[in-house]
Amino acid sequence: MSESINIAAQSASFFTGFKLNDLWYLAGAAGHTLMIAALAISIGTVFGVFFGWVLSVSRWAGAATLGLVLDMFRSVPLIIQLILFFNFFPIIGLPLNPFAAGTIVLVFYTAALVASVARGGIESVPVTTRKAARSLGLTYWQELFYITFPIGCRSALPAWTGVALGVLKDSALVSVLGYVELLRASQILITRTQQPFIILAIAGAFYFALSFPIARITERLERRWQS
Amino acid sequence: MDYTFHWRPVWKRLPELIEAGLLTMEVAVLAMLLGIVLGMMLAFIRMSGRRELTWFATTWIETARNTPALLQLFFFGFGLGAFGVHLSPYVIVLCALSFNNAGYLAETFRGGFQAVPDTQVRAARSLGMTWGQTYSRIIIPQVLKIVYHPMTNQMVWSVLMSSLGMLVGFRELSGETQFAASQTFRVFEFFAITAVIYYVIVKLILGGSFLIHWKFFRKGEG
Amino acid sequence: MIEINNVSKSFGSLEVLKGIDLKVEKGEVLSVIGASGSGKSTLLYCINALEPIQGGEIRVDGIDVHGAKTDVNKLRRHIGMVFQQWNSFPHMTTLENVALAPRIVLGKTKAEAREIAARQLDHVGLGDKLDTYPTNMSGGQQQRLAIARALAMEPDYMLFDEVTSALDPELVGEVLDTLKMLSEEGMTMILVTHEIPFARDVSDRVAFFRQGVIEEIGPPSQVIGDPTSEHTKQFLSNVR
Repeated sequence: MSESINIAAQSASFFTGFKLNDLWYLAGAAGHTLMIAALAISIGTVFGVFFGWVLSVSRWAGAATLGLVLDMFRSVPLIIQLILFFNFFPIIGLPLNPFAAGTIVLVFYTAALVASVARGGIESVPVTTRKAARSLGLTYWQELFYITFPIGCRSALPAWTGVALGVLKDSALVSVLGYVELLRASQILITRTQQPFIILAIAGAFYFALSFPIARITERLERRWQS
Repeated sequence: MDYTFHWRPVWKRLPELIEAGLLTMEVAVLAMLLGIVLGMMLAFIRMSGRRELTWFATTWIETARNTPALLQLFFFGFGLGAFGVHLSPYVIVLCALSFNNAGYLAETFRGGFQAVPDTQVRAARSLGMTWGQTYSRIIIPQVLKIVYHPMTNQMVWSVLMSSLGMLVGFRELSGETQFAASQTFRVFEFFAITAVIYYVIVKLILGGSFLIHWKFFRKGEG
Repeated sequence: MIEINNVSKSFGSLEVLKGIDLKVEKGEVLSVIGASGSGKSTLLYCINALEPIQGGEIRVDGIDVHGAKTDVNKLRRHIGMVFQQWNSFPHMTTLENVALAPRIVLGKTKAEAREIAARQLDHVGLGDKLDTYPTNMSGGQQQRLAIARALAMEPDYMLFDEVTSALDPELVGEVLDTLKMLSEEGMTMILVTHEIPFARDVSDRVAFFRQGVIEEIGPPSQVIGDPTSEHTKQFLSNVR
């Protein structure tokens, strides 16, 4: 009996530093994470699909160079990319705030990842299907937008979801530049409350909550497209 | 543009950076090996379907896959501090990377085992092989072949992730770079060279992986 | 001798074998025919202890297959089995496929095992494919590989589970020829098959399975040539 009271007292003291207000603070920061991730994923996907198309149609020097550049974005840690570009923009006379610099880097990082996914999706469409469409009199662009993209989209969706969820999580690294998103906010709270465990758990729960809808929506899309 | 690049301080520090690069590879490889062992265990637990154990494996796997690696790192760095456990930066990074690798690899292994048909087990057992022989000779070699490429990707990811070590004071490649940059104020130059070093490390891993694949898995293809 | 006494077997509430009695003597070739789902393949799995049984007993050379103290791995050395899906091991060459079990189960040396494997592969007409990987072979060749793999254990009995069902029609002949060769060599065999003319040709006895029981059993000239049961007649006329 006395033991359980003891534990209750302990856990009560465990929570005192963390107030309800702090939860709202974290929720707001989660909004920042969502915003920067949504921007990076949407713009990055547009660029990525374009790059993927270039890579799939061309075997020339231009595509090889593009492939090399995209490969570098995939082979260098994101944190290095962020620091590098954040320090590069002022050099070319374009000092950017952490949010803008972070978003630009994340966009290109996303585009590099999406490019290989998109290329795979485009190349998964059988040549015979594309020829059949052309034989019906569709132009190259009509075929691309009405046939290849919709079909390729379905086969690329699972991989794209992986990229999107990855970028959502990787956006935590923008905190390094000083942008107060979810993880940075958690750090600030940890410094103030000295309760790292509970705050990190809450931050983790927020990340779960943000990625869960993406996973569910694409899961549902996949199922609808399969039937 | 009135900025002048100064590369000399970087060249002077290059040996230290390369040494730090080796430390990066060391911790990434160790975390990969630990991740493989732990990931196998998690995959087996999850496939066993025993509820009292699967919740543990599922929690591990889902946390590793659905939260930022940096958050996992902070957990091992600061979170455990709440329980009075204080680890060295090296151990923090090793634990966090192993935790993350294990979570991802567990799902990779599970997929690999599911891709090998049950009938292979039956065929092997009908020849009088024991469970152990069936798994070590028939099933696992086939699984390894299936999971080889995802495992290579995880190895690359392990290296990239280790860069987070700089945020908990670990002097691997990124940490060393940050330290050197803060002393000389040539932040861009230092991080540019470090980016190149990471690129080289990743290409070395991919090249090595290609060679291993060529040597061991070429057979039985096509 | 394989003795099957009053064996029953269920998958959940579905009863697939309802009291089977059967004896197969050394050197005998028994063909089992019947519609899909009549329990004939399940019986083979039970004989090789790949499926548990719920009632009765199966004895192979006097050993209780499903006995608690029986070492099934040891037992299976005496019973070879070939499946509908050939299940070749894709990561090994043909020779390695066949040599593996003699080496790790029977404890032969590597050289002995390879010699046995080469001999068995030659026996089934794959002597020129020793270093080929199964993925590069036809279904018929892979099925003959599976037969060689089972034979390499020098079993006393061979169980064949619809070994030609998954093959393209033009590949069936080569596998049936191999089976016929084995029967002529005096191998004790139980064949579950849909190839009625073949069953008539090679078997000493034919058993017709229907809904988990043996409807009719006897020499092929009688069961296939002059069936007494209406169900057997109907099945045979449907197959033809």
